[in-house]
Amino acid sequence: MSLQACFSRTPFMSDKNNKTIDDFPLLKEMTPPMRREEARVEADRCLNCYDSPCTIACPTHINIPKFIKQIGSKDNLGSAITIFDANAMGHSCARVCPVEALCEGSCVYLGWHEKPIEIGRLQRFATDALMEKGIQPFEAGEPNGKTVGIVGGGPAGLSAAAYLRRLGFAVTVFEKKPMPGGLNTYGMAEYKMDQRVALDEVALVLDLGVDIRYETVLGDDLKFEDLEKKFDAIFLGVGLGATAPLAIPGEGLKGVYEALHFIEYIKNHEFDAIPAGETTVCIGAGNTAIDVVTQAKRIGTPKVVMSYRRGRADMSAYDYEYELAAGDEITFEWQTMPIAILGDDKVTGIRLQRTELKDGKVLPIEGSEFEIPCDRIVKAIGQTKQVDLLSKTAGITLDKKGRIVVDATTLQTSNPMVFAGGDAVNGGAEIVNAAAHGKRAALGIFNTLFPGNPPGPEHSDWIQTIEGVRTVRPPNHHHAKTLETANV
Amino acid sequence: MRKHLKPRTFKKLKGKVDLSSNTAGIKSPNPFWLASAPPANSGEQVMRAFDHGWGGAVWKTLGEDPAVVNVTSRYGAIDIGGMKMAGFNNVELITDRPLDVNLKEIAEVKKKYPKHAVIVSLMVPCERKNWHDIVKKAEDTGCDGLELNFGCPHGMSERGMGAAVGQVPEYIQKVVEYVKEVAKTPVLTKLTPNIADVRFPARAAMAGKTDGVSLINTINSVMGIDLDTLKPKFAIGGKGAHGGYCGPAVKPIALNMVSQIANDPETKNLPISGIGGVSDWRDATEFLLLGSSSVQVCTAVMHYGFRIVEDMISGLENWMREHEFETLDDFIGKSAGDIVEWKHLNLHHKTVAKIDSSTCIECDLCFIACNDTAHQCIVRPSDYGKTGKGWKIPTVIEEDCVGCNLCSLVCPVEECITMEDVETGHAPLTWEQYTAAGMTGYKEVYKRFHD
Ligand SMILES: Cc1cc2nc3c(=O)[nH]c(=O)nc-3n(C[C@H](O)[C@H](O)[C@H](O)COP(=O)(O)OP(=O)(O)OC[C@H]3O[C@@H](n4cnc5c(N)ncnc54)[C@H](O)[C@@H]3O)c2cc1C
Ligand SMILES: Cc1cc2nc3c(=O)[nH]c(=O)nc-3n(C[C@H](O)[C@H](O)[C@H](O)COP(=O)(O)O)c2cc1C
Ligand code: SF4
Repeated sequence: MSLQACFSRTPFMSDKNNKTIDDFPLLKEMTPPMRREEARVEADRCLNCYDSPCTIACPTHINIPKFIKQIGSKDNLGSAITIFDANAMGHSCARVCPVEALCEGSCVYLGWHEKPIEIGRLQRFATDALMEKGIQPFEAGEPNGKTVGIVGGGPAGLSAAAYLRRLGFAVTVFEKKPMPGGLNTYGMAEYKMDQRVALDEVALVLDLGVDIRYETVLGDDLKFEDLEKKFDAIFLGVGLGATAPLAIPGEGLKGVYEALHFIEYIKNHEFDAIPAGETTVCIGAGNTAIDVVTQAKRIGTPKVVMSYRRGRADMSAYDYEYELAAGDEITFEWQTMPIAILGDDKVTGIRLQRTELKDGKVLPIEGSEFEIPCDRIVKAIGQTKQVDLLSKTAGITLDKKGRIVVDATTLQTSNPMVFAGGDAVNGGAEIVNAAAHGKRAALGIFNTLFPGNPPGPEHSDWIQTIEGVRTVRPPNHHHAKTLETANV
Repeated sequence: MRKHLKPRTFKKLKGKVDLSSNTAGIKSPNPFWLASAPPANSGEQVMRAFDHGWGGAVWKTLGEDPAVVNVTSRYGAIDIGGMKMAGFNNVELITDRPLDVNLKEIAEVKKKYPKHAVIVSLMVPCERKNWHDIVKKAEDTGCDGLELNFGCPHGMSERGMGAAVGQVPEYIQKVVEYVKEVAKTPVLTKLTPNIADVRFPARAAMAGKTDGVSLINTINSVMGIDLDTLKPKFAIGGKGAHGGYCGPAVKPIALNMVSQIANDPETKNLPISGIGGVSDWRDATEFLLLGSSSVQVCTAVMHYGFRIVEDMISGLENWMREHEFETLDDFIGKSAGDIVEWKHLNLHHKTVAKIDSSTCIECDLCFIACNDTAHQCIVRPSDYGKTGKGWKIPTVIEEDCVGCNLCSLVCPVEECITMEDVETGHAPLTWEQYTAAGMTGYKEVYKRFHD
């Protein structure tokens, strides 16, 4: 359905107060769940490849053919266990992962120019079934006597918490916000995943017996030294900082938002409480900017403009994200940069200047300024790193770009008792990368605190999914007698 | 207005279930065994299988030296729709490796995996001495049991072994007796399905004092003709031979034979290891419900590798939890008694098809199936054909429906067409009772005659 058609069916600007999600069809989860027969047909279509490329492509190395075949044999619970065992954030990843760039993008069917298996939706089919039944498939391990403090209750921190609990650690999470989940709860475009999903998944982790303290900020309410005293190990999953400033006049006017605040506002509120306005201009062209413009359009803003210094080919958003925005009839102002925000108290417009690209450099074109009247401006030019917090408070080594430096295998920082993962380490990637980090760090912490004493065999399945390989016995008549490895 | 969401709560997965199995005294950590076939050809393979989770393995059938020679080009398959290897066929013989190599590897495996079941499959000429010799050699490995291969339908049968024995109950009894004279471990007799009534060979094996039976071996089959070359599909130098058929397509045949033995008054207590078309935990569980204590798998492993057992274990465990079964004995054979002779079915039972119009996708396959080939009791709105507009959702004339199930079977939508029992108010009446009562007492439950 085109946007226009949708709007004409559902008058957004009506003054009725009692609107429901049904009055905002475009904000509903865009990808529908699978019906049972759809899941069955799709599961049967999966070839059950060995050493499957999808499993390799998934940063958490979920055994994808296995969970799909479990759906095929109607063992939905077993399927969900296969997923959550490898990825504590498997419920949200099923909806928000860039599958085109990961698992589905590597499906062998693409080699035939055929539609890849719909892995994301199948994954959702299985995890939804587990949530519906409300089953906790895992158990906290026998207490091992050690404690871990986790800063940040986002995907990285919660994933670490889940595996640490299974390994028998006592775990305390310190979270700045009043709700858990990090960007999973506050940042995902509503049409990709609603908050309910993120919170259900968090509940599954917390059910393992995690102590979580909300509205507790490292640096303000909490001193790093106290953490060091109190815990045997610390995991930092603090994500990124505020949106970078534009550094132009008028940034302080009413109606100028940071991308994350704008998105968070939409997620936190009933949709009819959000004024749609007339024109929104978004600065930036990454995936976050796409989330801003599509959601602005979907809450009913008639005109939404995206301004980017470079051209379409340079934008960092995934192709399918761009197509989503194009489908939402966003106005793209390629090769423009903001030079001033207009208005006295409240935003009334923005002044942009056209640019040209010379040897990859962006140069403003003299005399090409123009203005767009607007009532909302959203800054989406990337998030800053939490350099202040991390370098001053925690006293750990950061790289030039402000990312925490870690050991690739254990995710240990330059402070031996501190481990880190997620956006704060990789500079900003996906939920699934943060989840993989949390899992890896949990094992890293265990091996550091219990050297030479690896976790018991009940942990071997999820541990294999960290590197994504397992050893198998080689055929007798093959020349190499060493154990071979295969991807899980 | 701010949103308020309540967190979800979770209940624990129900307690641990015990999959350990015992077939005629052969114990294994779970009921999933490799069948005697190429997957259980060598020690290294069997150990790799055990590493993946298989509970037991029946070694590829041993014979006397010199070992047989196999042809190259050995297997054929039929694909049905999108499904590869729905049926599988082979002209392989028993092991083509020297006897002492196999025996040495069996002993090694048994030593490394003391808790897993290692069963040695045997086939030698029908003489007492030959059987005595091979049984002693096999048992010297420390194996957990023996399986007598009376089933191989090709090659070996031409040499007076395999199905050539399995098709003659007296031979079966005689050979089982030879074996039981010396065997110290449990003996399973593997039956061929290439007979008219599997109860006779089963009874013969029992008379020979077998400890259990395993079935089915493969079914005589020709996989097809290549329409370009006019040669058999999978030909050896242009010639084919009938081979043994197995894989998903044979499961119903195997289930029938297992239930026949489980229900036969003479053999009902005979332990059974079920084989034939097991591809996932659901298939395996069906064999268990019909009276098998373990299941053996060949084709599905040949299709996907040893890893499939992981899903089988998970699926069976979760199903047992759902049904609150703690051990296999809680349900083995539970459904066997419900498979009865036709004459014991209730003629007064009535079921009719119901079409759920809210999920119907209007493919109308039920309509054409019933109209052309069943009982002409599904109708569509009368104006559909003229206008091509409006609904074409069919409905069932319940009065005419004979409850044959066809429409529900062709329907692609799960639970769109359901068969629903209708209370007739008539006391149950079986064919046996009806004929005993001089063909009286039957009340019509569906319309048998139309003018
Ligand atoms: C707008 C937007 C859209 C996105 N869309 C997608 C998508 O569709 N798919 C996808 O896979 N990824 C997406 N991502 C990326 C994804 O959200 C991140 O990669 C992921 O959330 C990183 O997890 P994390 O745990 O490292 O950090 P975060 O999710 O940022 O969590 C960090 C947590 O730490 C807390 N915290 C921070 N500082 C402190 C402190 N000093 N004291 C205590 N607590 C603190 C924060 O409140 C937060 O809860 C998106 C990101 C953005 C910004
Ligand atoms: C290639 C091949 C070789 C086989 N060899 C033997 C054998 O040596 N001894 C035996 O008892 N059964 C043999 N079988 C039969 C299997 O053990 C099994 O009974 C049959 O394949 C049915 O099971 P399935 O449907 O799981 O394949 C063989 C089957 C195949 C496909
Ligand atoms: S499966 Fe292996 S042995 Fe068989 S034909 Fe192929 S390569 Fe040869």
